[in-house]
Amino acid sequence: MMPQAAETSRDAIVSVRDLQVGFQTTDGRAVVKAVDGVSFDVRRGETFGIIGESGSGKTTIGRALVFLLKPSDGAILHNGVDPLAMPRRQFQSHRRDYQIIFQDPNAALNPRMTILSSVLEPLELARAGSKAERLKRAHEAMDRVGLALDLGERYPHQLSGGQKQRVVIARALTLRPKLIVCDEVVAALDMSIRGDVLNLFAELQRDLGLTYVFITHDLAVVSHISERIAVMYLGRFVELGPTEKVSERPLHPYTKALLSAEPRPLPSTMRGDHRIVLQGEIPSPIDPPSGCRFRTRCQYAQGVCAEKTPDWRELMPDHWVACHFADRPNYSPT
Amino acid sequence: MAAAEPAQRMSKSAAGGPQALMSVRGLGIRFKTSHGIWQATRKIDFDIAPGERVGIVGESGCGKTITGLSILRLLPNNLAGLDGSIHFDGTDLASCSTREMRAIRGRRIAMIFQEPMSALDPVFTVGHQIAETLRVHTGIPREEARERTLDMLRRVGIASPVRRIDDYPHQLSGGMRQRVMIAASLICGPQLLIADEPTTALDVTVQAQILELLRDLSETSNTALMLITHDLGVVAETCTRMITMYAGEVIEDAAVDDALVRPLHPYTSGLLRSLPHLSPRHGKLPSIPGRVPSIMDMPNGCRFRARCPHAVAGCEKEQALLDAGDGRKVRCSRFRELDLAGALQHAATAPIAAMVASP
Repeated sequence: MMPQAAETSRDAIVSVRDLQVGFQTTDGRAVVKAVDGVSFDVRRGETFGIIGESGSGKTTIGRALVFLLKPSDGAILHNGVDPLAMPRRQFQSHRRDYQIIFQDPNAALNPRMTILSSVLEPLELARAGSKAERLKRAHEAMDRVGLALDLGERYPHQLSGGQKQRVVIARALTLRPKLIVCDEVVAALDMSIRGDVLNLFAELQRDLGLTYVFITHDLAVVSHISERIAVMYLGRFVELGPTEKVSERPLHPYTKALLSAEPRPLPSTMRGDHRIVLQGEIPSPIDPPSGCRFRTRCQYAQGVCAEKTPDWRELMPDHWVACHFADRPNYSPT
Repeated sequence: MAAAEPAQRMSKSAAGGPQALMSVRGLGIRFKTSHGIWQATRKIDFDIAPGERVGIVGESGCGKTITGLSILRLLPNNLAGLDGSIHFDGTDLASCSTREMRAIRGRRIAMIFQEPMSALDPVFTVGHQIAETLRVHTGIPREEARERTLDMLRRVGIASPVRRIDDYPHQLSGGMRQRVMIAASLICGPQLLIADEPTTALDVTVQAQILELLRDLSETSNTALMLITHDLGVVAETCTRMITMYAGEVIEDAAVDDALVRPLHPYTSGLLRSLPHLSPRHGKLPSIPGRVPSIMDMPNGCRFRARCPHAVAGCEKEQALLDAGDGRKVRCSRFRELDLAGALQHAATAPIAAMVASP
């Protein structure tokens, strides 16, 4: 494997090396490589955004990062250590440091449990402290996310969507994790609530020194909250770099198309007219295109794009791309 | 109703002439529930001109979907009452017979929904489903219906329609299914297409394709579009006029560019300000405190006032949809004194806006 993301890993809380995650199709005849050779580091204290369309494999990466899915190949190191090599007990307690929050808080909360018992549950499973201490920590977590303590006696259906997402965040915080994978955590929330929850994430990060991996399809959200963004297409990263660079000076044609497709709430005079409308849709990951996987929808594709997989290279400092022509003006081959 | 009078005069100029294709006046919907009668929407007034593209925006529960459904009288069984009128090209849809309604539904007013998979029947081919609409309404022979279906599939951008016409819905991708739905809705050449969150389930690159298609088809066939969405970006890119709803009422009605640059209602302004597109990166997002009042416990007067930074004594009085000039309407008695932030206030420092400047 080429030295993917050979960036300084001195302060990597997570190191992913040539990660592959495959699934058997239901008829058992094929393997879908949802993630197919991805390497990156997540730096301590940062928000690392992963953006991609449905079927790009971004959710699979998120689940693999916290070992809800096992890699088929490659490695995921937490603080330089492979958790899969740990004894079972140690692995279980290690996992508390790496939490995940999902899109739909309705699916994440048991409708028959009160809010307080949901928030308490991880502490009870971890047998953390005495009963009084557990209660204190649960209350602290609820307070931390701005939930009134008397909501603890209520049931999920009595809360609004934004409140329920706060409960889920409080529950993830009880075990004082170091890293939280946030998978489309604001997608199900209304516009006016979304800002509140994003502000809460930023505040918690500042106060508790958390690291986030923020997975979303929403460009505006990811570029608002992240320090670095990775763009994913059909199981691979096509671009990775600082948010400002990726969102303002994208190197990969797919990133450009994605940015230009975002509907902007601006008056017509300010929107400009440079939309790149991509033809077709993301191909099936069962039988991905050879070479560069984006070539079937890329307006600049050349013969070499079908023959050779583009190298993952650091074209600018800290800014990585996988495209044969990313360094040529207008992606021309000559 | 006192408020309806000036509103009516106004909206005619908003629609660019006295000939509105559809005029909705005082529309309200009530439901029977085990907790009593719920008023889902009330006093909805707006016009749509022929060929005009109007966005209806608002958050979940504001009544935008039910307003679209009530135009086609597709309402649930627990309907307790439909108030007001919906004049569509000479017919009042709120009071016409079921028979009249059936002749209009699908032929002169069509509708598409968020999830094309649940709107398409899995056991029939897409060609059959598109042609069925045409045959039911026009009674043309099967062969001719098939020809016109092929033509329509071509127009909505389905590659190799001859091969696709006999496909079943599951054989198509999400984007293609939505194209099929659009083909089925436009096959009878309706005067109005109601599209309820037509791209919410789609990826952003496919969404761009579908929005462009809707805009083009509406322009070339002079079909009016009523686009129901929560996404202000989608409205900005697709529509010319934007109607904002909050807690069952229309609170603002203006040309899209006007509403985005200088919103007149504090709620519209609050929504724009809360968008991450328009805020400086990593900065604190302005948010609207509190939550939408419950349908069971609606306050008197302005329904937004508990969350409004500009609320004063007097806001608890009934608020009419006021004429704000230049074809604009707003349900806020303070609109003249307020100078509210719109999309441009933040645009200079915003990531997405910065992108626009670069070629």
